[in-house]
Amino acid sequence: MNESMDFLLWTRGTAFDVAVAIFVVGILIRLFEIISLGRAANLAAPKGSEFLPGMKTILTRTLPEGGTFKRQPLTILAGYLFHIGLLVSLLLFIPHIELFRETFGFGWPGLPNPIVDAAAVLGIVGLLAALWNRLTNPVMKLLSDKEDYLVWVLTFLPLLTGYLAYHRMINPYPLAMGLHILSIELLLVLFPFTKLMHTFTLFLARWYNGAMSGRRGVES
Amino acid sequence: MSKATLERGLNAFREQVDAPVAAFFSSCVSCGICAEACLFYTETGDPKYTPIRKLEPLRRVWEQEYTLVGKLKKVVGLAAPVTDELLQEWQELLYDSCTLCGRCSMVCPVGNDIAYMVRRAREGMVASGNSPKDVQAAAERAVRIGSPMGIKYKALAAQVKHIEADSGLTIPIDVEGADYMPLLSSMEVINFPEYIESLARIFTHAGLSWTLCSEAFEATNTGIQIGSSDIARELVQRIVDGAEKLKVKYVIAPECGHAYTSIRWEGPDLIGKPFPFKVLHILELLDELRASGRIKTENPSHERMTFHDPCSIGRKGGVIDAPRRLMQMVNSNFVEMQDHGKWNWCCGGGGGVSANTEAEALRLKVFKRKKNQIEETGADKLVTACANCRLVIEEGLEEYRVELPIEGLTELVARHLVEDK
Repeated sequence: MNESMDFLLWTRGTAFDVAVAIFVVGILIRLFEIISLGRAANLAAPKGSEFLPGMKTILTRTLPEGGTFKRQPLTILAGYLFHIGLLVSLLLFIPHIELFRETFGFGWPGLPNPIVDAAAVLGIVGLLAALWNRLTNPVMKLLSDKEDYLVWVLTFLPLLTGYLAYHRMINPYPLAMGLHILSIELLLVLFPFTKLMHTFTLFLARWYNGAMSGRRGVES
Repeated sequence: MSKATLERGLNAFREQVDAPVAAFFSSCVSCGICAEACLFYTETGDPKYTPIRKLEPLRRVWEQEYTLVGKLKKVVGLAAPVTDELLQEWQELLYDSCTLCGRCSMVCPVGNDIAYMVRRAREGMVASGNSPKDVQAAAERAVRIGSPMGIKYKALAAQVKHIEADSGLTIPIDVEGADYMPLLSSMEVINFPEYIESLARIFTHAGLSWTLCSEAFEATNTGIQIGSSDIARELVQRIVDGAEKLKVKYVIAPECGHAYTSIRWEGPDLIGKPFPFKVLHILELLDELRASGRIKTENPSHERMTFHDPCSIGRKGGVIDAPRRLMQMVNSNFVEMQDHGKWNWCCGGGGGVSANTEAEALRLKVFKRKKNQIEETGADKLVTACANCRLVIEEGLEEYRVELPIEGLTELVARHLVEDK
């Protein structure tokens, strides 16, 4: 019991601080790497503006367009399922919000536990479907490299350990919590240096895409 | 040009990585959705044609040169290098199976503009000597002779004389101080001289002052297609010089997709300064003349017609509504293809593909998409606004034994002008 308690305290203490520091500094480095490259000035007379079309594309790309859903329903469904499951579990689970409130002094309302529990299950199912898709869909199979599978594992572990801890399926409880926190630390440490960065860079990518099209008078 | 080498190629790839490229590569999660927007994948089912995969050489350069982890991987020998073999293998993917149509850039969930990156990756391919021989030869002709098809001004002058004699119209050449200077594509000079006659008819009808320029009539730009900014710059400069010499107010891009991209969007960036004249696509000009009442048409045809959007003019150029308004003006039975406007499917021959004989079999195969799209409309005639699309579609329909007349929209409008009394 004591050993697992020590483990939990370590994951909640030093390990957590180190992981968050790497996460924050790493993301800043990556964003700097990208933005500092800049882009050449555009000298052609514009047909439309850049800023608003860019912002609009940030929103519109959240929904599939152009017959994509019909052609790749599994990719789209699994994608929505695990992203929503993940975000609900992360941001609307009351203990998570309480942790945030303790650290930063403010929080927001959460959802009742059974709903978050269901979301976590859907998230896990979505991730499993996404993995199956990646292993069997010929396009995804060819595109995927080790990193794609690594980020799958990094995303899956926090959901899985969180689910197991919540349902007391690992004993003793401090060990379950410790494993859950450790899996999140692993995610945080590797986040800036893997494709998980898309969480942030997609805003840049979508904006550039929408802005470059907007300039030419096209809605992307 | 200096000799193409791997080292020059790598330098060119490096120079092409900007903030958008870095943001795009950082965001890709290998979801494969871009494949579904690409006719080279949908018509072959071969995953190697997945758009984002075509960028592997550029991706490696980005990762190894511009990311912390990539640099570390390179130091410890864990990074896969860009080699001559890789670039040779990727030539088919970056040229034969990409028309720069930009449809993939419209569906990517994280917002990657893949066509933007293919255009840039081609710079590295040219510099490393891995571009298709036919397109290289066309680029060489464009620089040396003045046109990718080897057409000199003499050929145009002969056509002009011919048209003037047949139609009784005047085609002004090198008139200083004219307002409008239309450009042509070699294909129009050789295959579709009707376009030149239509221009004469329209300008005369509208009472506008215009002129062709004997030193700058060719609008196509092989440098844009093959991915050589050096060549592209030289070809754009010729047009700018011609237009400045004649002091025209407007340069009019012809019915040619990439020519519009080249002169309208990339041109000023290539020569490093804004143009002293405005650039309009011929359809934009026609639409303006329609709106201001400068051109009047009569007897709209009742034939069932559909319109093929050239990718560079529609999805990538923003000229989408103008052709619809013009179609409505001269045709009472206009039908849209199911995916049209910014969602249109490419004819399969853009981005230099139609000039590349190595790509021919594949191009005819993937034309199936366009063929089906056209057939679904039940149209009796196809109208478009790009001489290259037109030839590629004619060839494709012939391959699939479909008989369907095709006409350029400018020509169609010119045929319906109210006869001058």
